[in-house]
Amino acid sequence: MYPGARGSGAPRPSVRPPRENATMEGSPAAPTARLELVGDGAARVVRLAGPLTLETVGDFWRDADELDDEGVPQRIDVAHVPGVDSAGAAFLLELRDRFGGAAIEGAGEQVRKMLAILDRPCPEPPEAPPQQVLFGMVDTLGTFAIETIRHARETVEYVGALSAGLGWVLRRPGRLRWGDTLSYMSRVGADALGIVALINGLMGLILAFQMASQMKQYGADIYVADVVGLSLARELAPLMTAVILAGRSGSAFAAEIGTMKVNEEVSALDAMGLDRTRFLVLPKVLALLAMMPLLVVFADAFGIIGGLVVGTGFLDLPVGVYLNQTFTRLDLWDVGQGLIRAECYAVVIAAVGCLRGLQTKDGAQGVGASATSAVVSSILLVVVSNALLAVIFYLLDV
Amino acid sequence: MSETRTAAGPIVRVRGLRAAYGDVTILRDIDFEVARGEVFVILGGSGCGKSTLLRHLIGLVDPAEGAIEIDGEDLVAARGALRERLRRRFGVLFQGGALFSNMTLAENVGLPLEEFSDLPPEAIRRIAQRKLALVGLTGYEDHRPNEISGGMRKRAGVARALALDPPLLFLDEPSAGLDPISAADLDRLLLDLRESLGTTLVVVTHELASIYAIADRCIMLDKARRTIVATGRPADLRDASDDPFVREFFRREATAAPEVS
Repeated sequence: MYPGARGSGAPRPSVRPPRENATMEGSPAAPTARLELVGDGAARVVRLAGPLTLETVGDFWRDADELDDEGVPQRIDVAHVPGVDSAGAAFLLELRDRFGGAAIEGAGEQVRKMLAILDRPCPEPPEAPPQQVLFGMVDTLGTFAIETIRHARETVEYVGALSAGLGWVLRRPGRLRWGDTLSYMSRVGADALGIVALINGLMGLILAFQMASQMKQYGADIYVADVVGLSLARELAPLMTAVILAGRSGSAFAAEIGTMKVNEEVSALDAMGLDRTRFLVLPKVLALLAMMPLLVVFADAFGIIGGLVVGTGFLDLPVGVYLNQTFTRLDLWDVGQGLIRAECYAVVIAAVGCLRGLQTKDGAQGVGASATSAVVSSILLVVVSNALLAVIFYLLDV
Repeated sequence: MSETRTAAGPIVRVRGLRAAYGDVTILRDIDFEVARGEVFVILGGSGCGKSTLLRHLIGLVDPAEGAIEIDGEDLVAARGALRERLRRRFGVLFQGGALFSNMTLAENVGLPLEEFSDLPPEAIRRIAQRKLALVGLTGYEDHRPNEISGGMRKRAGVARALALDPPLLFLDEPSAGLDPISAADLDRLLLDLRESLGTTLVVVTHELASIYAIADRCIMLDKARRTIVATGRPADLRDASDDPFVREFFRREATAAPEVS
């Protein structure tokens, strides 16, 4: 259709055959995408034929990348380009820039208009200078140190603000946003009851089952009740409940406050002179503080029921005997100790969740990172505080 | 491209549309057609259902009643692959730009090209740069949406909507939040695109300056009557409408039409 021999000088077929040609051989009607170099030296011309649209411009672009570099063409002939879309026009302009401002010739009206629209200064941004390795390391280390110090200061400030806020609530309980607090209580407490009961029931069941197979050998079956009751009430029920709430509520707090931060809602609070701790953090912390012990009491109960199922079903202990053994061995302090742990965990989970939310960097990924970090740090801190409490209880000899 | 258009008739046809959220009817008896290459403006006061209508037109919400045809094909009945294909025929600018926050501007604009063409990565980057230059964002290719201003985000949203040269472009408040110069530039750009690519534009706006500059025809929605209260050229509506609400809107007068309580 568009013989390569046109124009002055010999044709120089310097590009591979257009790929559309290969697939459409024998269909003469189909317009073929093609790009070729014609002529020598100053008379060198790049000749394009066929529509330059999003569907075809990929082939043109690849052909252009494979042009030899003997002599820069002075002209780009688009007389056989019936039309371009913006991708096509961008390609023509790219070609022009690549050939040091070669003239685009033979453009039809539509092509001219499209080029005019798209032809705006569009410099390639300067490449970032390569960083030196040593300097890069020092830089990274320094940034890390500064970040760590800033983080630590933020955390201290946050703990201070939270403590001040709790004091404020005690002085003026009427000023707390009780509506928010109650709605969070329902969300973190009542809504979590099912999963807390299920997990702790299964914990009791598993624990009893593992103990039973050992104890049975020594005829100490009845002590399964002691072990299940004690270990659940003192340690496991608060811990498992804390892990569930860290995953359920800590992450939700972080995501909620994080989204508010991204949407500038937190900035709006600051700008209105409203205390973000009082508005965002305190209702959540107090809700968790109020609900955690209740959940742990349920957790204890369901754990004991789990143990009871194994005790009666697997060890053939009468229900009355198993329960009697449990409640003889378990005194109020065992449960109370568990509840003290639970309250510590509650503060940790809610406070860390809210802190991570407030530390959210912009964007959807920032919210995700905050939620992840909230769960990971609060579980870590729950375990650490568990260890601290164990030492404290030991030193107090209780 | 205008040459490749085959189907005749209006590019958008809406028949007897009723838009409702639950039991609450937002709009009813909506009938209009948008001709190819037309700049069609949907206008009205705040809360009159402009954005609701747009969400129906782009297939995000299904109407309670009525039909919406895009390019002669029923958008409401279309499901799965057909609906995807229909949606690829139009570009959408959302009110806040709706850029993906984890991508740079160039990646945002390049995403449709990457997904729907076989261009080499370098070409995608160069085209994305050109499109960003088109909306005056040269030099911001590698910025993320949270590093630029709201008006810039909106312009980047326009660049992304233009990425595939769709024959039909829906724009939700394109010039709101832009300074007068940028807003006028954007209007100019939209008209240029219409002229060179034959792009049909459906614009939701209440910026009077922009309406006079670009609109061929407009429909006006009213919150109280919950339907179209006027159709025509903006200048005609301003000068000749016998509806006081319409005249007041165009003349920017303070008193509103009596609200139906």
